Amino acid sequence: MNYSLKKKLGISAYIFFVLLPIYWLLNMSFKSNSEILGELTFWPKDFTLDNYAVIFSDPTWYMGYVNSMAYVSLNVIITLMVALPAAYAFSRYKFAGDKQLFFWLLTNRMAPPAVFLLPFFQLYSSVGLFDTHLAVALAHCLFNVPLAVWILEGFMSGVPREIDETAYIDGYSFPRFFIKIFLPLIRSGIGVTAFFAFMFSWVELLLARTLTSVEAKPISAIMTRTIGASGIDWGVLAAAGVLTIIPGLLVIWFVRNHVAKGFALGRV
Amino acid sequence: MNKVENNKAWFLVTPVFLLVAFSAVIPLMTVVNYSVQDIFDQNTAYFVGAEWYREVLNDPRLHDSLLRQFIFSGSVLLIEIPLGIAVALMMPTRGWTASAGLILLAIPLLIPWNVIGTIWQVFGRADIGLFGWALNGLGIDYNYASNPMDAWFTVLLMDVWHWTSLVALLCYSGLRAIPEAYYQAARIDRASNWAIFRYIQLPKLKSVLVIGILLRFMDSFMIYTEPFVLTGGGPGNSTTFLSQTLTQMAIGQFDLGPAAAFSLIYFLIVLLVSWLFFTTITHLDKAK
Repeated sequence: MNYSLKKKLGISAYIFFVLLPIYWLLNMSFKSNSEILGELTFWPKDFTLDNYAVIFSDPTWYMGYVNSMAYVSLNVIITLMVALPAAYAFSRYKFAGDKQLFFWLLTNRMAPPAVFLLPFFQLYSSVGLFDTHLAVALAHCLFNVPLAVWILEGFMSGVPREIDETAYIDGYSFPRFFIKIFLPLIRSGIGVTAFFAFMFSWVELLLARTLTSVEAKPISAIMTRTIGASGIDWGVLAAAGVLTIIPGLLVIWFVRNHVAKGFALGRV
Repeated sequence: MNKVENNKAWFLVTPVFLLVAFSAVIPLMTVVNYSVQDIFDQNTAYFVGAEWYREVLNDPRLHDSLLRQFIFSGSVLLIEIPLGIAVALMMPTRGWTASAGLILLAIPLLIPWNVIGTIWQVFGRADIGLFGWALNGLGIDYNYASNPMDAWFTVLLMDVWHWTSLVALLCYSGLRAIPEAYYQAARIDRASNWAIFRYIQLPKLKSVLVIGILLRFMDSFMIYTEPFVLTGGGPGNSTTFLSQTLTQMAIGQFDLGPAAAFSLIYFLIVLLVSWLFFTTITHLDKAK
């Protein structure tokens, strides 16, 4: 029992460490700029919702969230649609070039963004996708698809192949087997993958900013607007930061049990 | 699992291949093209062969930021992997505390990277930020904006705060996949906690650790936004990592040729190190 008390203390200390900067962000978001810059206060002296009001009353602000949500959702859908069959192939079959392809997919996470931004801009402009949600969603597939294939492959390898064979003997066609039987079995893997894809797409800034100008501008790029001639509008920036956490919290709420249940089901 | 030989599986991977190739191959070719030419404007460019590569490889700025980068990524891995495992081991396993713990852990991962830099920029200030104020209150002379060591420490701490959760989440779910029977057997053998960790938990965590180590290596090696927002790479050049040197070259001075050569070298370094990690760990598996 002594051991578990130590564990509790340890995890509490770590979560305290995680939450401290978040508390500071929340604290700032309810203060006026003069209070933020004037002195150190642990609690807003003059509690204000003005910073949030700025965001909710200005379409360029709140549309940023809508744009981000739009391309992130698109990205998650595309990622899952292409990664699911591929992961199945990698987990069940040996085929020419499978190992090379697997590692090549991974290398796409490794390209330094700074110089690739210009070619990306040229490519997406030339196919007429510039400033669309689809452009960002496709670009983010570059780093999300390899990870999704990797994670899903782990889950699928945990499902015994006898299940596939029994289904074929029972007369299931491949698509029907895949959707009716196989997908429900790796539900938790899909949940975890969706969370990872959501997360990496949600926080990415450089590509999203380069590939958009007005129509699909993401929230993280709009935040740089708070840096004006009179300095940084800290209060609004903090409020916008707090609001970026909320969609992610909803997603992790829905997948929390899956994370705990079955990640790395088969690969362990 | 025994895999069946079947080249029709290519039908299943073709969508992934096409999708990724569309966004990967054309830009990569463009960068290769830049790296061997001297570009004046859209229509005027001269082939210069390997000159940019020679120039970049002899650039002391590159050497400095590369060294800084390796030290940084090394420290990140050495701190975040063990800490992440420890956090995962300490997490409650069931009930509402487990859900709450998971959700709280995930928060830093969900904040856009420029906001993370901004949070720490204020948080670390001695006059208006809790962290800087507390350190100074403890009698430590801390100022990330003027002292290079403090800036370095802040960037490292910020990264640990930001990313340890990812390792912890991966390990946590890996631990949940260990069947209860293993622990029962260990209890019958009166195995110590250390033995349970060393011979049951750690081997079972290996596959998620591969993902964790590779992700953390790649992402920390390409860190850009956070130190940039925090101090702009300063004071001096103390927190100027590879990505920032590269961006200064490509966008600041618009030296496209050298910048392209630089990014290809950069890419090769990440590729090589990742490949080393990948094969070493996969190889350990076969040796058993």
